[in-house]
Amino acid sequence: MNLNQIVADLSYFIPEILLTGVLLMVIVYDLLQKAETSIRAGYLALGGLALTTLAVIGQDVSSPLGIFSNMLAVDAFGRYLKIVVSVGAMLVMWISFNSNELKNRRVGEYYILILTLVLGMYFLVSATHLLSIYISLEMVSIMSYLLSGYLKEQMRSNEASVKYVVFGAFSSGILLYGFSLLYGLTGSADIFEIQAALAAGTAPPALLLLILIMVLVGFGYKIAAVPFHFWTPDVYEGAPAPITAFLSVAPKAAGFAIIIRFFNVVFSGDGNPNLESWSVLENMNWQAVIGVLSVLTMTVGNVIALQQSNIKRMLAYSSIAHAGYMLLGVVVADQTGISAILYYAAIYMLMNLGAFFVVIHIKNAFDTEEIEDYKALGYRAPLLGVFMAIFMFSLTGLPPTGGFVAKFYLFRALIEYGDMYFYLALIGLINGVISLYYYMRVVKAMYFGKMEFPKKTHQAPLNVTILLALLAIPLLFAWMLGDPLSAYAQHAVQFFIK
Amino acid sequence: MENHLLSIVTFLPIFGALVIALVPKEKLDIIRWGTAAITGLQLILAIWILKVFDFSSADVQLVEHFAWIPDFNIEYFLGIDGLSAPMVLLTALLSFLAVFSSWNIDKAHKGYFALFLLLDAGMMGVFVSLDFFLFYIFWEVMLLPMYFLIGIWGGPQREYAAIKFFLYTLFGSVLLLLGMLALYFISEPHTFNMLILAEQSAEFGKTLLLGMNAGKVIFILLFIGFAIKVPIFPFHTWLPLAHVEAPTAISVILAGVLLKMGTYGFLRISFPVLKDATLWFALPLAILGLINVIYGAMAALAQRDLKKMVAYSSVSHMGFVLLGMAALTPAGMNGAVFQMFNHGTISAMLFMLVGVLYDRAHHRDIEGFGGIAKVVPIYAGVTALAFFAGLGLPGFSGFISEALCFIGAFPVFTWITIFATVGIVLNAGYFLWAYQRVFMGELNSKYENLEEINNRELFALIPLAIVTFFLGVYPTPMLNLMSATLNHLVEAVKTAGMVAGL
Repeated sequence: MNLNQIVADLSYFIPEILLTGVLLMVIVYDLLQKAETSIRAGYLALGGLALTTLAVIGQDVSSPLGIFSNMLAVDAFGRYLKIVVSVGAMLVMWISFNSNELKNRRVGEYYILILTLVLGMYFLVSATHLLSIYISLEMVSIMSYLLSGYLKEQMRSNEASVKYVVFGAFSSGILLYGFSLLYGLTGSADIFEIQAALAAGTAPPALLLLILIMVLVGFGYKIAAVPFHFWTPDVYEGAPAPITAFLSVAPKAAGFAIIIRFFNVVFSGDGNPNLESWSVLENMNWQAVIGVLSVLTMTVGNVIALQQSNIKRMLAYSSIAHAGYMLLGVVVADQTGISAILYYAAIYMLMNLGAFFVVIHIKNAFDTEEIEDYKALGYRAPLLGVFMAIFMFSLTGLPPTGGFVAKFYLFRALIEYGDMYFYLALIGLINGVISLYYYMRVVKAMYFGKMEFPKKTHQAPLNVTILLALLAIPLLFAWMLGDPLSAYAQHAVQFFIK
Repeated sequence: MENHLLSIVTFLPIFGALVIALVPKEKLDIIRWGTAAITGLQLILAIWILKVFDFSSADVQLVEHFAWIPDFNIEYFLGIDGLSAPMVLLTALLSFLAVFSSWNIDKAHKGYFALFLLLDAGMMGVFVSLDFFLFYIFWEVMLLPMYFLIGIWGGPQREYAAIKFFLYTLFGSVLLLLGMLALYFISEPHTFNMLILAEQSAEFGKTLLLGMNAGKVIFILLFIGFAIKVPIFPFHTWLPLAHVEAPTAISVILAGVLLKMGTYGFLRISFPVLKDATLWFALPLAILGLINVIYGAMAALAQRDLKKMVAYSSVSHMGFVLLGMAALTPAGMNGAVFQMFNHGTISAMLFMLVGVLYDRAHHRDIEGFGGIAKVVPIYAGVTALAFFAGLGLPGFSGFISEALCFIGAFPVFTWITIFATVGIVLNAGYFLWAYQRVFMGELNSKYENLEEINNRELFALIPLAIVTFFLGVYPTPMLNLMSATLNHLVEAVKTAGMVAGL
């Protein structure tokens, strides 16, 4: 690899360079601000990220390629997820401007950390080398630790951060061990070369299984799959609410990206993992393993969510359940399965961020996170109530919301794939019924309570209302559009392969 | 003829709901009369639809058909035939009349009437959709307003009733969704079009799913989905609770229209699409029908709450529908659909009457009244009429349809039919016994000043009474409307059975 090649590759690296530039600018700009005006650094960060997102959208991915000696891939799959995480980050920054938790403190570095986290995810969704995978994963994780401990004078926030670090360090240690075995077995850290070496079929199956499990621990922790989910509720409860919202959406999407990329390259059987037939390495039924994981994840998430009275915790467990649904798509791992996950990730971002934003606003306005205290919200703040109801229905997956369309694509992929996954679809759907109960608890509290109770009405600020409308309206029309997002998601199932 | 009558009749209430949502909440009269006007217009359209409907044809008519989501071959496909036409009329009629039972809603009127209209649109959509996906969307869309209508405006146990109703029906719907997807992937080319699925009926009997006959597996999945709605024993436990807790107008809609969706689903999808499995499942279906008839009637007999009694009477009456359609004879099938219509009108009357009494006495305990016929003679008269219609007295429409169900089922399921006739006696038993305890005997002094039924309430009841009476004396128009389609359906299922050697 020569210098010319590196320089040539830089032209495919423009969004990342741009984002790094923005990052440095925000750091410098923040230094020039007093604490009271440090919010301006946030505005700058938001503007810069918007610009970067446009650069990502404009990126030409018609011919997928690997850059920097196949460290990173530039392809439609990566671009789609970069857009998803960028949009998520921008929405989170927007709601952060309104958050009371972040008032009266210096917030410049808060936005700097978010930008760094986004940069890490840009790398993660396009990493194709064990080194770049590990480094970007750590970059995402460490920024997440810092952000969840951002309210440093609060015990809960500290606890969240420490728990997150301990679990994170443990699982990335295991991941690294798995990677080292893989390297030892194949003599390469490039995932395409690893695939070629494994496809020869000489690797001992037991060892492969061990590697599979170790890798799953590392990635499963990132997406909060059961049984690697223990950090989730405490971190979600303790972290600043906008960060909780962000963690439940963006790093999860990025985690799915790397799972899909890694598994479909490393553990697929024939030399050319083309999209028509993703065959599986012999002796290596990783689909069954993921199927079991997915059932566990959604069931545990849903059942525990039933018992929560704090809405942030409830949403934390519900986000575990949603990771379980998305894992169903990984089981299928073909064109329809992966486009279903991509679509789900986008819709899930809209509805989950929406729900969290209502929670943040309620926390700002009434200082409570108990579901009980949402009593009669539908009458006190009619618009807020309607939005929240839409998010809850969508999270349950009821037509005519986007949540239904997303689930429909997932289950369609499962049933199309064949008989053996019919049961998985059944379990997934029944889990949807279970989740109805706890999502409806919120709706029930908002609407079914005694109406006389608070006479005074509450009006959310205009910018919050606009933000929520931006999230809710696409959810209502997803099924009628027939529908550009899903077409885009289908086009995004295109990987760089060597 | 290119027209969009069915779209208009379906989406008119949604448009109405939006308009109602924009009316300031103090303008109570505009909200009520606006809703009445919209549903009234819908009723006029429904009658107009019957005018342009060709009674002699078994084909779907007034078709609107175009691609909706081409990637998945999902179509916007509306049309009606002799099976759905009576249901469209019933939905429009009951929606209109139920508005007048909603007059005494005491809170959040705007929300109530807007949701009521959404519910109306959902029901109408179910009956006019010929694309399974579209059908499913409407089927589910109906759940949301229903959940709120029970949960916000219902009785003391409304929250529990609402969530129980929601959980049960959603559980049914997800099985429906699975069945729907399985049909989609077995059909070639993949389609949700019910007519094409019906043409490919033979395929489903030959394919394997989970190592079993795909047709049978899918039939069971759809069966549970629909059975919860009907409701068929043992999936009925949500019903008494939801009925009792729901406000009067919503009970009317629940019993009058929603329960019909279950049996409609069987006849629209399960029977024509899964013909082999239908023949295989006919006997169990008849037995379940018998259980519904007897169990529903016995349970009704044991109730002290008048509304619960009426609710269980629905379980019993829907049993006749199941028995009639399981027989797969022209008489049974016509009887079943006719019974669906008649039960719609009769149970609507019964629930309205219970509502009238409850509004005045604030309880529904059968034992807590006595002799009130002396105080409220008109009310007593109308109730007598409705009860007689309910117990299937000749001269009322219920008699004709029940008789047809029996005539149709007797040659096929002789013993089951004989046992089912016991249900008639039980039906008469609880209706008459309840009537006696409430209206006859010593006047309970608490109710000396009970207010007589008012004109608004009579206005909602009289059209139903006329329909019931008219169809009891002269059922031919309704039977003509249905018979071409239904005879064709029976024929098709039978022929498929002969081909398959069953």
